[in-house]
Amino acid sequence: MFKDLFSKKRKYATIPSERTQPTKMNDGVMTKCPTCKTIMYSRELKKHDYVCTKCDHHFRLTARDRINSVIDVGSFEELDVSLLSGNPLDFPDYEDKLASDQQKTGLNEAIITGRGQMEGLPVVIGVMDPRFRMASMGTVVGEKIKRAIETALEDRVPFIMFSASGGARMQEGVLSLMQMAKTSVALQRLDEEQLPFISIMTHPTTGGVSASFASLGDYNFAEPRALIGFAGRRIIEQTIREELPEDFQTAEFLLEHGQLDKVIHRSEMKSTLTTILKMHQASHQRGGELSS
Amino acid sequence: MTHKLPFEKPVVELQNKIDELKNFTQDKDINLEEEIAHLEGRLQQVESQIYDNLKPWERVQIARHAERPTTLDYIEHLFTDFIELHGDRYYGDDDAIVGGIAFYKGQPVTIIGHQRGRNTKENIQRNFGMPHPEGYRKALRLMHQANKFNRPIITLIDTKGAFPGKAAEERGQSEAIARNLLEMASFTVPSIGIVIGEGGSGGALALGVVNRMFMLENSTYSVISPEGAAAILWKDATQAQRAAETMKITAPDLYELGVIEGVIREVRGGAHHNVKQQAEYIDSVLKQQMDELTQLSKEEIRNQRYEKFSKIGM
Repeated sequence: MFKDLFSKKRKYATIPSERTQPTKMNDGVMTKCPTCKTIMYSRELKKHDYVCTKCDHHFRLTARDRINSVIDVGSFEELDVSLLSGNPLDFPDYEDKLASDQQKTGLNEAIITGRGQMEGLPVVIGVMDPRFRMASMGTVVGEKIKRAIETALEDRVPFIMFSASGGARMQEGVLSLMQMAKTSVALQRLDEEQLPFISIMTHPTTGGVSASFASLGDYNFAEPRALIGFAGRRIIEQTIREELPEDFQTAEFLLEHGQLDKVIHRSEMKSTLTTILKMHQASHQRGGELSS
Repeated sequence: MTHKLPFEKPVVELQNKIDELKNFTQDKDINLEEEIAHLEGRLQQVESQIYDNLKPWERVQIARHAERPTTLDYIEHLFTDFIELHGDRYYGDDDAIVGGIAFYKGQPVTIIGHQRGRNTKENIQRNFGMPHPEGYRKALRLMHQANKFNRPIITLIDTKGAFPGKAAEERGQSEAIARNLLEMASFTVPSIGIVIGEGGSGGALALGVVNRMFMLENSTYSVISPEGAAAILWKDATQAQRAAETMKITAPDLYELGVIEGVIREVRGGAHHNVKQQAEYIDSVLKQQMDELTQLSKEEIRNQRYEKFSKIGM
């Protein structure tokens, strides 16, 4: 029965013949900051990588915008674009929900992965997009992350992951849970090959995603005020019947409790990551010299 | 007599009737043997109707049965010379996870499992089998030790989930679980897992990155509890029964989905009816798996585990 497991060809994910349309931007002229309520020009906000110019509130970024904000122009090469989720549990309405999010976001799934460069240094990067099913991790998200890690292994380059996720995808049940194992098992290989993994947790990174790859960086970073945690605030409050501090499960709270290396402002993200990449490249070359 | 579940009512009623008749004939000079035999035949029919066709929600109830055997019950029946080892060496000792070393048919092994309480007092001590980060870190420490000394690892899974609490978050519940997933992939010793009760989400998976995973017939393994799923999907926790069916969480479901390697049969009506017999059912599977896995090289052990998790869902 054990051997059967490997011989079975399961078709949970399929590859479509046509690619979907690229992301359409939401084009309101003015945008209101949810934190300080300042109203500003959307164009101005975009110029500042969607950080409020008054109070530093970090707006959520679409995966495309995120890639544009950290990857050198023209260097991005997307991987596994057309991997599509099936409905392995025959979960009611799941296909409709996927189709509606695909339409809304112009994405096939909740993550974009690909090769790219940061100031000329090659990386493999994955970016989750919370507009798509709250970027919950189902089979395709897990598979794309695993394949991205395997690409980093092949290319022998660092792996960078921008997480933003509500956790496991309910509609794929235990198969979603198993993606936590799948991604972590792949990261173990990266670890063994001494290739760096930089994890950046953005708002929000919770549940099964925070309890798997997102917490496994050689460097664990986060954006300011990002919500990061294992269990939901409401569940904890019900369990312990106690008010939680206001900053509970924010990036700053985690930093204070030793769970993060650094909280990084979006405007400094690319330069900080690039500095780390340069250090790795330098010590890698030095390692080569020492052993030769 | 064990505590009975609501769906077992017809069985209980018939059994009571039979007992009543038997008592009645004891002190009176009436022969009711024919009636009793008839009823006993009927009882068998009813039992097989109910127990051989358990619905997902009924399995959930059996998996959660207060008298369902726990990790320590099985350790007692399956292993010899068990020595429990304590503490994560960072913060504390978590009684929601027990771990230690023992012999399995002469072979030294490391055993780790979630531990529920068997009564209220024990449940408070063991936090209802819901671990904090120190539990997972203790488990990881013991697994590293097993790997270092070339001992196979056996994990028994039985938790509603990792504890959702303030202290758990502060000490890095996410990281503790994630770290176990990654490190368990690196071991070169064979690892075998068995879900003996509830396999609740990440808190269960943190002991579940093993070469071979089995489930007892009436255990469950899921990304979220049926109540939690119902609350999220239909904003109504009372829909748990419907969620249990939709979410595919029973042992036969998981086998069908290719997530586990096999289902271990249970004593009719559930493991709590006969722990010793249940331990024997587990023993025969465990022995076969140990025999197979100990034939593999260290590299094969690791690759097999990697391949297995790599493929799930695709």
